[in-house]
Amino acid sequence: MSVLIFAELEEGAIKKSSLEAIYYGSKVAEQTGTTATALVLGEGSTDELAKAGRFGATEVLHASDARLNEGNALAYASVVAEAANQEGANIIVLAKSSLADSMAARLAGKLKAGLAANVIELPDLSGGFRVKRSIFTGKAFAITELTAEKKILAIKKNTITPEETDATAPVEAFSPVLNDTDFVVKVTNVEKATGDILLPEADLVVSAGRGLKGPENWGIVEDLAKALHAATACSKPVSDLDWRPHHEHVGQTGIKISPNLYIACGISGAIQHLAGVNSSKVIVVINKDAEAPFFKSADYGIVGDVFDVLPRLTKAVKEL
Amino acid sequence: MKILVCVTSVPDTITKITLTDNNTKLNKAGVQFITGPYDDYALSRAVELKEQQGGTVTVLNVGEADAEPVIRKCLAIGADDAIRVNAEPTDAYFVAEQIAAVARENSYDLILMGRESIDYNGGQVHGIVGEMLGIPSISPVMKLDIEGSTAKITREIEGGHEDLEAGLPLVLGCQEPIAEWKIPNMRGIMTARTKKLTVVEPAGKDTLTQISSYELPPARGACKMIPAEEAETLIRLLRTEAKVI
Repeated sequence: MSVLIFAELEEGAIKKSSLEAIYYGSKVAEQTGTTATALVLGEGSTDELAKAGRFGATEVLHASDARLNEGNALAYASVVAEAANQEGANIIVLAKSSLADSMAARLAGKLKAGLAANVIELPDLSGGFRVKRSIFTGKAFAITELTAEKKILAIKKNTITPEETDATAPVEAFSPVLNDTDFVVKVTNVEKATGDILLPEADLVVSAGRGLKGPENWGIVEDLAKALHAATACSKPVSDLDWRPHHEHVGQTGIKISPNLYIACGISGAIQHLAGVNSSKVIVVINKDAEAPFFKSADYGIVGDVFDVLPRLTKAVKEL
Repeated sequence: MKILVCVTSVPDTITKITLTDNNTKLNKAGVQFITGPYDDYALSRAVELKEQQGGTVTVLNVGEADAEPVIRKCLAIGADDAIRVNAEPTDAYFVAEQIAAVARENSYDLILMGRESIDYNGGQVHGIVGEMLGIPSISPVMKLDIEGSTAKITREIEGGHEDLEAGLPLVLGCQEPIAEWKIPNMRGIMTARTKKLTVVEPAGKDTLTQISSYELPPARGACKMIPAEEAETLIRLLRTEAKVI
């Protein structure tokens, strides 16, 4: 019996959010008197996979079949289910992501498991199995009891702070049965920004709205982001106008993020925008309109012209 | 083509959440309920596909009678008929069971819904339904075209998107910009009143999760204002005070 953690790779490395999930899983294992096994799918080096040990896994299962290099939610769900059966794992932990969300939903159906999404704290095991999860896009929390024998916990990013040790974990090959029926959806084309910091994984985010007046002015946003090693994001109107790609849109109908720092430039702060960013740890708002509602939800505010303020902030970061 | 669109009735996005009954219930008093915004995208695309290629669009809601205004609005937007499974949508597995039961009886080519409901943000129902019916599920879908019995789909991934092809039937969790939201016109509203809304009783009663209580997030402290002429101070404060850079 163990706690199984589904850890995702990004360009051969375990994602930061998956390291958080591994740490979380190891703590749940401690609580339940068992051990944590990390499961990694697709191509990755043994050295990289052994890193799971530093975050609390005592064993790493690696399914390296080339058919698993593509993030395929249907196939991944079958493989995770098989690993869970092999390990006798009744608790499966993963970090929320585009792929993991789809995978976890299939897995919940397969195992008839109770799934809690957006979990933000370790479970409370006093009388049942209860977790605290974020609902209403961060506007409330639900204390949720998982009553089924099998449980899946999808952890919200950047809410668990892992502690790293110098422990290592043995990596064992895992050869699951792959079903052709899981490969009926054909990927014909993938377009992905490379080299940039992925927005959902970013610790720091610089975001801009219509106050930037046009896509040609994004240079000052990118300069500040680059100086801070931050990702860039945008508001819904900016994505609707095609000034920026949809995968940068944060808000109620876009991506929900919870970075350590969110800098909003020329965004008024409609409630639908706040829904995407309200779990950021520190929020900075820069807007020339002192009445912009966003200031009410910010930690730091500057009433000023973004075209003047942003270049000066970039310069100040470079001088740190 | 037969399309089933599953919709949620959820508090409007501008709702201030408050609690009642010793924090064990959400306070519904004064709350405006709307069609889930992601479900609205799914419905709009379904109606567009019907207009292009013919077929029928059925709306399905798992909910109590107070969800009917939302269902009528979906009919006004262009769905042909509706089914309401008369039950409180207690958890994702339960809702998925209801949808799967309706789908088994009527064999749809496409089952569309939002990528997630905006109340509980679980994003699970499409995957569980797909698993129950033994057909693929894809989410979040931002573009959908049907050519014969093949769906051409664009799915958002982190930092980009991927193009997919799959045969029907499929379950899809939808998001923008799959279609523009449609606003019902007067004729739509009038005809919606006479369209068929069938109420059925729930098929199973399995729930795997249960909410015991709710909490609200702590209020943020006051915003510290920095004069524009001293903007550089912000960077110093982010390092020394907030310790985030």
